[in-house]
Amino acid sequence: MNALPDAERLCAQLADAIRPQLRPDTAIIGLYTGGVWLAERLHALLGIGEPLGTLDIAFYRDDYHQQGLARDPKRSKIPFSIEGRDLLLVDDVLYTGRTVRAAMNELFDYGRPARILLAVLADRGGRQLPICAQYCGAHVEVPAGVRLRLRRDEDGRLSLQLEHAK
Amino acid sequence: MQNNPQLNKNGELQHLLSIDGLPREVIERVLSTADSFVGVTEREVKKVPLLRGKSVFNLFFEPSTRTRTTFEIAAKRLSADVINLNIAVSSQSKGESLLDTVANLSAMQADIFVVRHASSGAPYLIARHVKPHEHVINAGDGRHAHPTQGLLDLYTLRHYKKDFTRLTVAIVGDVLHSRVARSLIHGLTTLGTPEVRVIGPQTLIPEGVEALGVHVYRNMREGLRGCDAVVMLRLQNERMRGALLPSAQEFFKHYGLTADKLALAAPDAIVMHPGPMNRGVEIDSSVADGPHSVILPQVTFGIAVRMAVMSMVAGGSA
Amino acid sequence: MTLRITNARLIDPASGRDAAGDLFIERGRIAALDGDARAARAERTLDAAGLVVAPGLIDLAARLREPGEEYKATLESEMEAAVAGGVTSLACPPDTDPPLDEPGLVDMLRRRARALARARLYPVGALTVKLQGDTLTEMAELAESGCIAFSQANVALQDTQMLWRALQYAGSFGFSVWLRPAEPWLSRGGVAHDGEVATRLGLPGIPIFAETIAIGTILELVRATGTRVHLCRLSSESGVTMVRAAKREGLPVSCDVGVHHLHLCDIDLGYFDAQCRLDPPLRARRDRDALSEGVADGTIDCVCSDHTPVDDDAKHQPFAEAAPGATGLELLLPLMLRWGAMNKRPLAQTLARISSDPARVLGVQSGRIEIGAPGDLVVFDPQAQVRFTPEALKSQGKNTPFLGYELPGRVRATIVAGKVVYERE
Repeated sequence: MNALPDAERLCAQLADAIRPQLRPDTAIIGLYTGGVWLAERLHALLGIGEPLGTLDIAFYRDDYHQQGLARDPKRSKIPFSIEGRDLLLVDDVLYTGRTVRAAMNELFDYGRPARILLAVLADRGGRQLPICAQYCGAHVEVPAGVRLRLRRDEDGRLSLQLEHAK
Repeated sequence: MQNNPQLNKNGELQHLLSIDGLPREVIERVLSTADSFVGVTEREVKKVPLLRGKSVFNLFFEPSTRTRTTFEIAAKRLSADVINLNIAVSSQSKGESLLDTVANLSAMQADIFVVRHASSGAPYLIARHVKPHEHVINAGDGRHAHPTQGLLDLYTLRHYKKDFTRLTVAIVGDVLHSRVARSLIHGLTTLGTPEVRVIGPQTLIPEGVEALGVHVYRNMREGLRGCDAVVMLRLQNERMRGALLPSAQEFFKHYGLTADKLALAAPDAIVMHPGPMNRGVEIDSSVADGPHSVILPQVTFGIAVRMAVMSMVAGGSA
Repeated sequence: MTLRITNARLIDPASGRDAAGDLFIERGRIAALDGDARAARAERTLDAAGLVVAPGLIDLAARLREPGEEYKATLESEMEAAVAGGVTSLACPPDTDPPLDEPGLVDMLRRRARALARARLYPVGALTVKLQGDTLTEMAELAESGCIAFSQANVALQDTQMLWRALQYAGSFGFSVWLRPAEPWLSRGGVAHDGEVATRLGLPGIPIFAETIAIGTILELVRATGTRVHLCRLSSESGVTMVRAAKREGLPVSCDVGVHHLHLCDIDLGYFDAQCRLDPPLRARRDRDALSEGVADGTIDCVCSDHTPVDDDAKHQPFAEAAPGATGLELLLPLMLRWGAMNKRPLAQTLARISSDPARVLGVQSGRIEIGAPGDLVVFDPQAQVRFTPEALKSQGKNTPFLGYELPGRVRATIVAGKVVYERE
């Protein structure tokens, strides 16, 4: 198995790719939990004016009837208006696309954005819905039954790690 | 002996019947889930799609506009369909048994039954007879329990006071007949509240209540000393004169919450009331409308807490 | 018909006998024991190897629901239940519909029972007309029709002056009065023992002093009138203490306890289990333990089933709305055997409380194994377990807290007046 790419390096690469495309009113929204860490980093690197938005998709997941409610839902906070806004949605890993689908449904309950672009640190393929990321740090192959996660240590360093799914 | 019917074999909440018997983790999970729903209620679009396609039947054998309305709002904010059934006592006595009523509704594809009944234990009887995918939420049974009220009271306390393990809480009034009091007492003791007091005349304090983990005070001034929170219970009309109490006036003088009695509590004490209030009987208007009162926020929190409970019981499990 | 029973473990609680033996019954009475019995020629011989033979059970309280409540149970079904449980004599309370306040009703009931030829029936007559507490019944007439005592069943007499007069009148004839000690105002509205469990469950409670105040009143009236009183269904430690003192004083008082109350207490209500909705209520553990001690030391004379058939609909209700009562005829023996084992009592003493002692209270000759005594016997296997499912119960009342339980004591044969009225493999 190939070694996982360096998350810090990917992060800087993403910021460089996104910077030219920013609009004056672009706001960033991170998805809990890994996406929020990444979004915080990008928010700082890109010098975004609007405060960071955070989204917990617990109430919009499509597997509620099978799995029940997520253990510890966080409170979504969007401290700016969504109406007519240019949005950058940020998540750590793009896989089936269902998380992004849920996030978009939730966002539209806040208002009608002008545009949503998606930035992810890693794309592991395996899409089950027609979702794609406009900005992607790296494509990573992950075997079935294994989870790809973003981790943040006490010093705030980001790294990608594999975990066996339970 | 029967198993705790509230939890399924994985220890997850499948019915909410009483706070008594809920593990601490479950209570804390309800409170933190309610927190997320408070965020939803502050949005423009106050709905989430969790219970879309599900039917919530409000089965109220005891009339109530307030509680029923908050459950209805909570269910609709979860995108559920809501059907209200007010079953007057007389039609019950016309013959259809409680279980027959439930069986008929079950045949109409119900998912959640929100039940209020005058007899303690009625929701347990229903929970023993519903289908596996049906869930029962107790909206108040006799004197026994009003768990969603207890949970929203706990949420309110946590919101203003943060740490239960440092609190002194007093519950004042007709504890004997109060399901609100019983539920709150169980919640407070489960979450580690060191000092829970009940205050009232002996006629309104039930036998053996100390076994629930409370201290009994007959004198309100003594009981309020140093309290961080004062919960006033509603005194029902039929109790106000007769064998339990001579008059509302005498009750108010000795057990009603006035500003001067409240001054004996901690300076930052909060005042709570499950509503509806009898101004001038258990609580003075100046206190009800004053800076210590959190009575109105309780109502808002009540919607988020009920949303949390409904979404926790109705979810499938792995 | 002559009947011989051989190889039995013969237990006669009245004399304390518990030894191997044989028995010969002729013309409805015990005619010979042991050697003489072995030698006698009988039309039928029952081999009781490995089994206990004891006097047939005498149950002081069994509701047969006739007349009036035949939808709940009938004389046929409940008499079948009685003999299946080894009960050869039973007293039924007067709270039928109409109540047993007329000689004609009592007569009819006794005829019906005699015709069924199962257990012996001893009706308890109503103390007041319609049990309403306004007018005395014609007790002498009722006694002639077969009433062995007079009672208000579960309908408390509020007017204490009336109670006093009723005791005076009954006493004039030497009749016994059976009374449930339950002060009506203090019991009103209560459905459970007033204590921690009822408070936790939010159920209206009946305090212990509802029983002790009533016992105090009754004992005073016994002192004043000298009438013999039997207190029905004690439920509390304080109640037992009062009866113990009254007996020491020499008052003509006896009492009983329902067999369920020897096993269960208020904790068993669990999550509002309506099977435990009983009257009197199941009280606290200490009360149950005191009742148990009372039965062991004889303060409580006997144990009865308090058999009350309740249909399923009446139990599938919220606790306070469920009908109180449990089926008991078929559980009396097993539950007593279980009690005896748990409290390490000799079998003879355990059986005394459901045979020779109730016989004494009733004033009948059954309940003993001796020459000349009526041939009323129960033959049972003390080791065999019985599982109490609704199908296994012969009574139409299928509701008991012990539903689904396995208990020791399988009745193999029940004999009344020398005839085998029940038998199983």
